[in-house]
Amino acid sequence: MFEVIFLQFLNGLDKGAAYALIALGLTLVFGTLGVVNFAHGALFMLGAFCAVTVRMFLTMETVTVDPEKLSPWGSPLEIREPLVQAWFGDFGAVLVNYSVPLSIIITIPIMLVVGIALERGIIKHFYKRSHAEQILVTFGLAIVAQEVIKSVYGPNPIPQPMPTDLRGAADIGAFLGMQANIITYPIWRLIYFVFAAVVIGGVFAFLQFTTFGMVVRAGMADRETVALLGINIDRRFTIMFGLAAVVAGIAGVMYTPLLPPNYHLGMDFLVLSFVVVVVGGMGSLPGAVAAGFLLGILQSFASMNQVKAVFPGIDQIIIYLVAVIILLVRPRGLFGRRGVMEA
Amino acid sequence: MPKFMSRNDLLLFAGFSLVVLTMPIWLAPFGAGYPDLLQRFMIFGIFAVGFNILFGLTGYLSFGHAAFFGVGSYAAVWSFKLLTLDAIPAMIFAVVISGLFALVIGFLCLRRSGIYFSILTLAFAQMSYNLAYSVLTPITNGETGLQLTLSDPRVIDAAVGQGFVGQPVPNILGQQLSGYAGFYFCAGFLILAFFIAQRIAGSPFGMMLKAIKSNQTRMQFTGFNTRPYALSAFVISGMYAGLAGALLAVTDPLAGAERMQWTASGEVVLMTILGGVGTLVGPVIGAWIIKYFENILSALNDNILARFWSFLPEGVADVLVKVTSKFVGDGWHLTLGLAFVIVVIFLPGGIMEGVRRVAGLFRRSGSSGAKTAPQTQPAE
Repeated sequence: MFEVIFLQFLNGLDKGAAYALIALGLTLVFGTLGVVNFAHGALFMLGAFCAVTVRMFLTMETVTVDPEKLSPWGSPLEIREPLVQAWFGDFGAVLVNYSVPLSIIITIPIMLVVGIALERGIIKHFYKRSHAEQILVTFGLAIVAQEVIKSVYGPNPIPQPMPTDLRGAADIGAFLGMQANIITYPIWRLIYFVFAAVVIGGVFAFLQFTTFGMVVRAGMADRETVALLGINIDRRFTIMFGLAAVVAGIAGVMYTPLLPPNYHLGMDFLVLSFVVVVVGGMGSLPGAVAAGFLLGILQSFASMNQVKAVFPGIDQIIIYLVAVIILLVRPRGLFGRRGVMEA
Repeated sequence: MPKFMSRNDLLLFAGFSLVVLTMPIWLAPFGAGYPDLLQRFMIFGIFAVGFNILFGLTGYLSFGHAAFFGVGSYAAVWSFKLLTLDAIPAMIFAVVISGLFALVIGFLCLRRSGIYFSILTLAFAQMSYNLAYSVLTPITNGETGLQLTLSDPRVIDAAVGQGFVGQPVPNILGQQLSGYAGFYFCAGFLILAFFIAQRIAGSPFGMMLKAIKSNQTRMQFTGFNTRPYALSAFVISGMYAGLAGALLAVTDPLAGAERMQWTASGEVVLMTILGGVGTLVGPVIGAWIIKYFENILSALNDNILARFWSFLPEGVADVLVKVTSKFVGDGWHLTLGLAFVIVVIFLPGGIMEGVRRVAGLFRRSGSSGAKTAPQTQPAE
């Protein structure tokens, strides 16, 4: 029984990690700029499609037809050779193999630019407007992003293979000194969890230990006073929006091998991550992370057959149910500060 | 005898009814004068009018209204299956059921306001959608959707001794509801729905709702308990959605869970904002425009575009066909999203505000210009 529970716990981690990363970005934006960003899921999706694009470029190939030989279907044999391999040899093959992790390098600047452009171009004009209007404009932006992706990449999911060395499963049970082959866990999911932990730790360290982060935290607490001290807080908040976009983007990149990205990936994750933010407490960064993992793990437990036998359909609604209960009994969420968005 | 309606209200109502009833005539030149599309105009008009009673008057932004729409559809189809193929009992049943559903959800959601209210409604709608797909399959028939079959009991029809052959279709007092009969049936309900909305907006109750929108806290300080008013608005608006869902089931007796998904809730928000939130006719116009362009734009393809641009030199025409084809056909949602973003940024009052601004320019050109429209305020 312990093994089963432990396994479900592990299964919840990678989904929880994705929720936590998206919710972290949402909370960064809300805590600094006070904007309810419904386009955040779209940023996750854009990151995922950065990975798709990188792989597309890396796997561009030349096709030469060899009329002498025939393929098993009787047509002339086509020899396909990826350009990257032709240019770089074995190193090119490695590049193609590791396309997903490599995409992060390219995704970071792209998402930073996208985020800053979005904030300066549109969202800046909505600080003074109501939350309802912020929701509406970002919802519209999310639709636009989704449809642009659909018209460029088509409506079907595009699977992204993970590096060959990282396929397969790790025998965590044996590693922890238990019986072998009982608790095995796909390596990539483990990597995703570690990656999420590093990113989350990085963001917290950035806010906690750098001067920039200190100023941002001061601005979150009292924007006017910081501005009165002669600090250009708006520019720093803009950069934080870019940072949130980067976090969402790389979270999307690393998630592609687990779930082939399609154009409505962002919308699918958006609703859930909003629920996560609300459960954790609007504006609370530790809350967003804790609630992300908590809900991911809860969802994993709810999909156990033993649980489903008692509460049919619980796996479908558990997250929303938790959100409803939290909102009704403790409106500021699990970690929310007193008085912040407590309505 | 007190005056029932002011002259302006009466004029607006008469004008609206006239426009709706003559739609088959004046929409024919635009390629929309056929009953199937007109029925959808009516149905989504009702949905949007009802949504506006909640969002436009009280300022509570619900992101889960499609749940009531879907519940209305399911209730109507069940009435066709169990009781009778007559449309009237089905409508009553659907409105009552969706009203009860809205009462429960509204009671819980209205404990919070602002963004929390939006997320609560969203959560409830997603729960209903997920359940309709999974556990509630005996009631909703899951992915296949709920359909009428010959073997349904239909106790009332059986008692009256009414038999029929072929595919069962809803009717009203034995009259078939196909073609324009169906359209006028729906149009009657839209006019009725509009009339009720107009009466609500002009009543003391409507004033209360507007007061909730402008400053709920101050209203509470003056001694009003605002929650019953907001709840009434929520339930009425849920009943409108149920009515619209039932009408959709009458014209096409197949209810599926995708009607409850949150993107469907988003669509009615788009309609209301695009037309003009807080106005009476705005949401209806928004619904018509979205449904019209959905129908027209999604039918366009590269060949039609090529013919359209054929007056230009070949190279330019090819480029234009390439560019415009991204915005029509399957890509029409892109057009919708862009239009929506532009409206929210530049014209928060929607098309109605645009009309008002233009009218203001003509009325006193040279003077201070158009008066700015009332801004939508959230319920904080």
